[in-house]
Amino acid sequence: MGKRTPLYDTHLAAGARLVDFGGWDMPVNYGSQIEEHHAVRRDAGMFDVSHMTVLDLEGSRVRDFLRKLLANDVSKLHEPGKALYSCMLNEQAGIIDDLIVYFLRDDWFRMVVNAATHDKDLDWIARQAQPFGVKPAERDLAMIAVQGPNAREKVASLLSVSLRDRALALKPFTAVSGEGFFVARTGYTGEDGFEIMLPPNQAALFWQRLVSQGVKPCGLGARDTLRLEAAMNLYGADMDESTTPLESGLNWTVAWEPADRDFIGRKALESQRDAGPRRKFVGLLLQDKGVLRGHQKVIADGAGEGEITSGSFSPTLERSIALARVPVAAGDTVQVDIRGRLCKAQIVKPPFVRNGKVLVK
Amino acid sequence: MSKVPPDLKYTKSHEWVKVGSDGVVTVGITDHAQEALGDLVYVEAPQKGRKLKAGEACAVVESVKAASDLYSPVGGEVLESNATLADAPEKINQDPYGTWIMRLKPANAADVNALLDAKAYEQVLVDEAH
Repeated sequence: MGKRTPLYDTHLAAGARLVDFGGWDMPVNYGSQIEEHHAVRRDAGMFDVSHMTVLDLEGSRVRDFLRKLLANDVSKLHEPGKALYSCMLNEQAGIIDDLIVYFLRDDWFRMVVNAATHDKDLDWIARQAQPFGVKPAERDLAMIAVQGPNAREKVASLLSVSLRDRALALKPFTAVSGEGFFVARTGYTGEDGFEIMLPPNQAALFWQRLVSQGVKPCGLGARDTLRLEAAMNLYGADMDESTTPLESGLNWTVAWEPADRDFIGRKALESQRDAGPRRKFVGLLLQDKGVLRGHQKVIADGAGEGEITSGSFSPTLERSIALARVPVAAGDTVQVDIRGRLCKAQIVKPPFVRNGKVLVK
Repeated sequence: MSKVPPDLKYTKSHEWVKVGSDGVVTVGITDHAQEALGDLVYVEAPQKGRKLKAGEACAVVESVKAASDLYSPVGGEVLESNATLADAPEKINQDPYGTWIMRLKPANAADVNALLDAKAYEQVLVDEAH
């Protein structure tokens, strides 16, 4: 039996199909994954993401610690509640995990890391934090992601008066807290919305109230096709410890300046940057019929071979799309080996979809 | 509980089989199979004239989630594949027993007798659930 979130019984009662995800029993869909996908693109849908790990980091030197731990630079964060996306690298610049870190106070940051990497992340962070006198503390919070063009309004109508106005005033990638709730304007779908942390014993009631506002429960299946269309990387598929941010389309998350900030993995990453990475991270649009999937071989004429890191059918484009790591010299079109059948695919610049709009042709 | 019509034959790998009076068999996937796969988005059906062995992987049904093989319930020759599925694979979700994938002429007409009846297939579903 897997671990259960505070919403487990709610999911069962709603007829969810449950699957194992990183040791947790999580809903993959509540019926039709495609309908759930469209609900998020067109209106509002919600995901139970309580399996994700929330860590609070406190101490007078916590900022110095995070400037060492992360490839992105928390010095960019000045306003309380401001968030930053970053990779956490090992000394070889391989990606241990990707995460979001919130600045809350000079001596307090909050971090959200992946569920499947919970144990190794906590080990690594605790080890690196010790010299800085910082102690990571895991928070027992439920988390609900409400996403879609109408998501913020629907959530706001359920918040207390004092929290409502502050939540609606949030700029992207910022958060507010109050009455045990932590509301962030973040997400993993390419749509606007909130990710809400709340006490576990209030999760089921809040979920039901969201349902009554017309927010559609969505499973991890739709979450995957939404994030793929938005070209947001999935840890363990699009990147892991054998790949660096420069090979994962995440150059923008590496803060090279100031040059004297010695973050973990910096030396190895600089060597790769100076030598020029051999692989690039691209989007693929399948020209033929079929479905692109992770691990399928990509053949770039004259440039070598690559691999799809994640692929699926895109409900918005109604054709198959993928993210892939290919040789730097790959041209505009490649071939993908789909179970022995060579299919033509076009290389495109991700994302495929953002805010309900198709961005590729 | 998914539907299991009493007048069809079944396989352990979740294909349904309808045996015609002329001995030709029609094959599709069961209600349980379509429900487990989720929204279907692509079907790769076998070429007409292809000779299949019993249990041979001969078609692929893909949902948003994953690809899954269809196994030939008996040995025989493909007479026809359902061409309408190329543009409308979701018909299988909507009506799994009304939407066939291929028609086969069995090499040996008696082979269909070894297939599961509805009661035996229901037991397969019960066993899998445990």
